[in-house]
Amino acid sequence: MAAPARKLDARKLDGAAALLAARPEPAGEAPWARAARVAAARRLAERGAPVRRDEYWRFTDPASLTVQPAAAAAVLAAEEAPVFDGLDAFKVVFVDGVYAPDLSDAASAPGIEIEPLAHALATDIHWARELFGVLEGRGQDPVDRPLASLNTARASEGVAIRVTARAPKPVRLVYLRRSAEADVMLRHLVRLDAGADLTLLESGPAAARLNAVVEAEVADGAALHHVRVQGRDRERRAFTACFARLGASSAFKSFTLTFNGRLTRNEHVVEFTGDDAIAHVAGACVGDSDFLHDDTIFVTHDAVGCESRQVFKKVLRGGAVGVFQGKILVKPGAQKTDGYQLSQGLLLDETAQLLAKPELEIYADDVKCSHGSTAGAVDETARFYLTSRGIPRREAEELLVLAFLDEAIAEVEDEGLRTELRARLEGWLARHRR
Amino acid sequence: MLKIGNLHVRLEEEDKAILKGVDLAVGAGEVHAIMGPNGSGKSTLSYVLAGREGYEVTEGTATLDGHDLLAIEPEERAALGLFLAFQYPVEIPGVGNLTFMRTALNAQRKARGEAELNAAEFLKLVRAKAKTLDIDAEMLKRPLNVGFSGGEKKRNEILQMAVLEPRMCILDETDSGLDVDAMKLVAAGVNALRAKDRAFLVITHYQRLLDHITPDVVHIMADGRIVQTGGPELALEVETNGYAGILQGAA
Repeated sequence: MAAPARKLDARKLDGAAALLAARPEPAGEAPWARAARVAAARRLAERGAPVRRDEYWRFTDPASLTVQPAAAAAVLAAEEAPVFDGLDAFKVVFVDGVYAPDLSDAASAPGIEIEPLAHALATDIHWARELFGVLEGRGQDPVDRPLASLNTARASEGVAIRVTARAPKPVRLVYLRRSAEADVMLRHLVRLDAGADLTLLESGPAAARLNAVVEAEVADGAALHHVRVQGRDRERRAFTACFARLGASSAFKSFTLTFNGRLTRNEHVVEFTGDDAIAHVAGACVGDSDFLHDDTIFVTHDAVGCESRQVFKKVLRGGAVGVFQGKILVKPGAQKTDGYQLSQGLLLDETAQLLAKPELEIYADDVKCSHGSTAGAVDETARFYLTSRGIPRREAEELLVLAFLDEAIAEVEDEGLRTELRARLEGWLARHRR
Repeated sequence: MLKIGNLHVRLEEEDKAILKGVDLAVGAGEVHAIMGPNGSGKSTLSYVLAGREGYEVTEGTATLDGHDLLAIEPEERAALGLFLAFQYPVEIPGVGNLTFMRTALNAQRKARGEAELNAAEFLKLVRAKAKTLDIDAEMLKRPLNVGFSGGEKKRNEILQMAVLEPRMCILDETDSGLDVDAMKLVAAGVNALRAKDRAFLVITHYQRLLDHITPDVVHIMADGRIVQTGGPELALEVETNGYAGILQGAA
């Protein structure tokens, strides 16, 4: 499909050219991979780099995500043990955005194949051909996602995971940092065949600046659980996008816990193509002072009887900013759609801000869609109830913060993971007492 | 134990005087009831004693065992042994009932320099107390007061009281929203806690709760003051003549 004709200013076009010029084109790849990269570069060149004037970048200035070079960000000594560390999983490690085979686990087991992205893209006949740049390309309409196109055009590191049955254990992507300057692009391709089941975990301070894209194909009856923790790197700037295409009766559940970071933009682009599937996209974040966290979600219902949920909770203080842009698009014929969207902010002082733009666009008549968006302070009555029982005010507030975020954490199915996420939150709150 | 002298309080937001000189002394082992028409200031008195924000004390004193209550935070008052059973217990989704009670008990113990209870010790304690109030394990596991019926909420308040073992218990309209059976259960819970070193202040609009929790002293409150004090028979008089009759007599 040709990009719609539109007038772009020179700044957007020059910006796109500069983004493409700043990184080498990966070499030595299969013709299909090369073609996907060329097409993505063209998409970016035609649509332009993101600027603040763009409708979906009004609340989040993309400048620090596109400027060359990336601002350095200190590598902090870990404040606590890495998350998910005790878990039995296939570990895939990246150091400053480069796959580290000697730190990673063996690559395959019955029902699952894990290989470095570069390997997949250099192979002439590969399943990744149906996925790489395909979902990202489909996700460009009606809203441009230029940083994701840039990722398709240039990212050479990442992992390709194919699951053909129930994966024997989770795949755990671990990001480590050595350099304060690392400007990193990662691309992960995930394909779940019919009936397959995978838990995909992501954690660790990836880079001073990160552009990470996941394309996930979830075939009929398959289930993908995605749980991610972004934290431990206070000055991080990150753009992430997760494109998911869902077959009939499949399930996609994605949860992100975010701490720290100067700017984090997490996009989810979910498309239902088969009937009776479910997609739950949720997130919890806590931010203090120089912190902007942006959840931008686009769910397209193009099948019958699908259920989508968006549950996002943000706790903000000290001038921290939260952004929520969530859209549910119900296409003609997508009857019996059940769409739900919740965005809530708990503002711990008067300098914190939550900017929310919930959207429903519905072209079918037999659907159930709702959204709610609230922003408020700690409930004084609840706090008094707790303190009247002897719980000190600060502890009471922390309990209420955890309680507020719990509705989002409850979206994670696995109880062990929920417990781990709650413990991380408690740790963060304890370390950031005022 | 609890001494209130010439207490004047106004609502901060509305600049409106609510309490206009309350005098009250409750001794150890005693049960006092405060009755009065709506708007007389009964609930305000309970909130001010427990330390809720939004009220300004313009004059007067309130002490518990000689400690100045008005100078300290709600959690410090609780650690001294003050407990308010809420008229409308607050629902807090995401905070487990058990977690809440253990956090509260251990915070109080810590404030008093006592050893904290571990999860097993606490569970044993709370199970024994819950049984007598007909509170099952499922109710203990649920988020605090969420989805509880009116009766369950009030029983949960009494359970907290039993677990925290306060010296001075204030019950704010604990009978509101209760049917007769629930009220008997709550009253039995309260009566079980009556002790030589513990006192109760039972705030109620109706006399019926006092059929089950027999007070030593009954006060009638009107327009921010205690206007009459007597024995249990005063509560019966309210039942017979209404507040209007009594207030006329007092005037």
